[in-house]
Amino acid sequence: MSFISYLINGISLGSVYAIIALGYTMVYGIAKMLNFAHGDVIMIGGYVVLIAVSGFGLSPVLAVVLSMVICTLLGMGIEKVAYKPLRNATSPLAVLITAIGVSYFLQNIALIFFGAEAKTFPDIIKLPALKLAGGELTITGTTIVTIITSVVIVVALSLFVNKSKPGKAMKAVSEDRGAAQLMGINVNATISLTFAIGSGLAAIAGVLLCAAYPSLTPYTGAMPGIKAFTAAVFGGIGSIPGAMIGGILLGVIEILGKAYISSQVADAIVFSVLIIVLLVKPTGLFGKNIQEKV
Amino acid sequence: MKKMKKFQLNKNKKNNFLTYGMIIVVYIIMQTLLSTGNVSSLLGGLLVPLCMYAIAAVSLNLVVGFSGELSLGQAGFMCVGAYSSALFSNLVGDAMPAGIRFFCAIIIGALVAGIFGILIGIPVLRLKGDYLAIVTLAFGEIIKNLINVVTLGKDKAGLHLSFTSSAGLNMDDSGEVIIDGALGITGTPRDANFTIGVILLLITVAVVLNLVHSRSGRAITAIRDNRIAAESIGLNITKYKLMAFAISTTLAGMAGVLYAHNLSSLTVKIFNYNTSILILVFVVLGGIGNIRGSIIAAVVLTALPELLRELSTYRMLIYAILLIAMMLFNWAPAAINFRERVAAKIKAKKKNQKEAA
Repeated sequence: MSFISYLINGISLGSVYAIIALGYTMVYGIAKMLNFAHGDVIMIGGYVVLIAVSGFGLSPVLAVVLSMVICTLLGMGIEKVAYKPLRNATSPLAVLITAIGVSYFLQNIALIFFGAEAKTFPDIIKLPALKLAGGELTITGTTIVTIITSVVIVVALSLFVNKSKPGKAMKAVSEDRGAAQLMGINVNATISLTFAIGSGLAAIAGVLLCAAYPSLTPYTGAMPGIKAFTAAVFGGIGSIPGAMIGGILLGVIEILGKAYISSQVADAIVFSVLIIVLLVKPTGLFGKNIQEKV
Repeated sequence: MKKMKKFQLNKNKKNNFLTYGMIIVVYIIMQTLLSTGNVSSLLGGLLVPLCMYAIAAVSLNLVVGFSGELSLGQAGFMCVGAYSSALFSNLVGDAMPAGIRFFCAIIIGALVAGIFGILIGIPVLRLKGDYLAIVTLAFGEIIKNLINVVTLGKDKAGLHLSFTSSAGLNMDDSGEVIIDGALGITGTPRDANFTIGVILLLITVAVVLNLVHSRSGRAITAIRDNRIAAESIGLNITKYKLMAFAISTTLAGMAGVLYAHNLSSLTVKIFNYNTSILILVFVVLGGIGNIRGSIIAAVVLTALPELLRELSTYRMLIYAILLIAMMLFNWAPAAINFRERVAAKIKAKKKNQKEAA
């Protein structure tokens, strides 16, 4: 029974990784950049909910909506101020280093405003735990909400990208920016929209992550951010179902590694997955191999 | 044409001599101050770390500036070098004279870090894209996690390794713990000093400058500037990228050796993500691809905050803002345009003034 319960925990953690990985994968697909600050947007989202619920006594649902709005604006603002001016820079390193600067900036701003000590995240998901197999197997309300949320998000996002007009525009821009512009697509607005969606999802991921592991520090977002990127590479960068599958597999690997090998080397196991994937199949499970043409 | 080539060579040489000269002059000044007792203990204690950061910054600049890749695990490679060399020095103890022991420790630390660099580089550097950044970042975390759980002890029967605690080593009475998990290594001989630090820095600068101006170095920069064109003239991309990266990690390992032998106790705490970022800040502020700039930035940015402790809360925040601002100012096409326009205006003004006079 304990194996099944570990498995469910792994899927739950993996669902959070999947939501974060979606933000990474979409931004990477469209802007061709690794948004290092993505993980730190998660952390900001967590703090917004924490302050709204514990400080102002807002209802959890309202707090999550507020957090999504703030993170969306933050994501768009970061893109506008830090990344957009460098979009046509001659060196691809420029925007990468700027992204690290933004990530570092967010962490240190949080450090100054909220302090380095861990804050206890309020218990906002008040769903009763599910007891199965005669009480031997308990699934917490948080786990149920996390898994359902991530499935809903992936389905909705797939529909949005494949069916709606702005979604198709996103696909077009990520495939060929110049051609998309010639077809009358507003490239800047589309990239901005991608950052907005990714950051909004980051806020949700932040809430789910903090609900499952209720301690919040300025560095909370950094590790899950890197792991979610690993998940995105695992599933194939640029692919929405890939991000989902990669996230869940990674979550399961992490939890099982923690349970059966050692809790301290679990992170090392997760990152060795990244290196193995890059060694064996760099395009990931669902990725396409795109050859560069001269 | 011939004249032009000669002029360029001279320019390179002049530049190199300026770099070496700067290091030597600063060293002589510091030594004189030290011998006359004019250096505060705070600054005196900073001298070896300054050399370490300068070596790390120069080595990172080889990857960032000349190879055009981003490595976020420089601290991880320093950590590997530091631990392997400290372990060696501890095991050897007094069986070797201090000088030879430290020389061997440097070689071992550098080699181990270089081997790790090759192992990391082989899967990653054949890919296009920003994978090196994320993998080196992950590597830094893996190394930190792994070393935090390792305990290693020595007794008459030999070495004992455990991943749980020092009690799990099962040693006899003569046993002593060498690596103690998160507590790290204690009792490393303090072989490093300012002079050795400066010599290692000079070696690093010489290695990097010679590589950059060699045939291989030109291949490395050609790949950075246009991967496809470089490939089409038959350059082996993975080989040259791997060469730059492995040399960089080897030198970073050397910086780690210096750190490990400066203080007698060593923990992984210093070799965290923040240190990797700090080294990147040195490279960016000193000028990407500018070796002398990296050294100056490393020295100034390490010494200043230590001497002005009051700013410490905002120090990292200021670095972050500087990083963003420098990148935007130096690389954004709009900013480059603006700078060129301003420069043209100033030129035109000067010309007008000359004509008026």
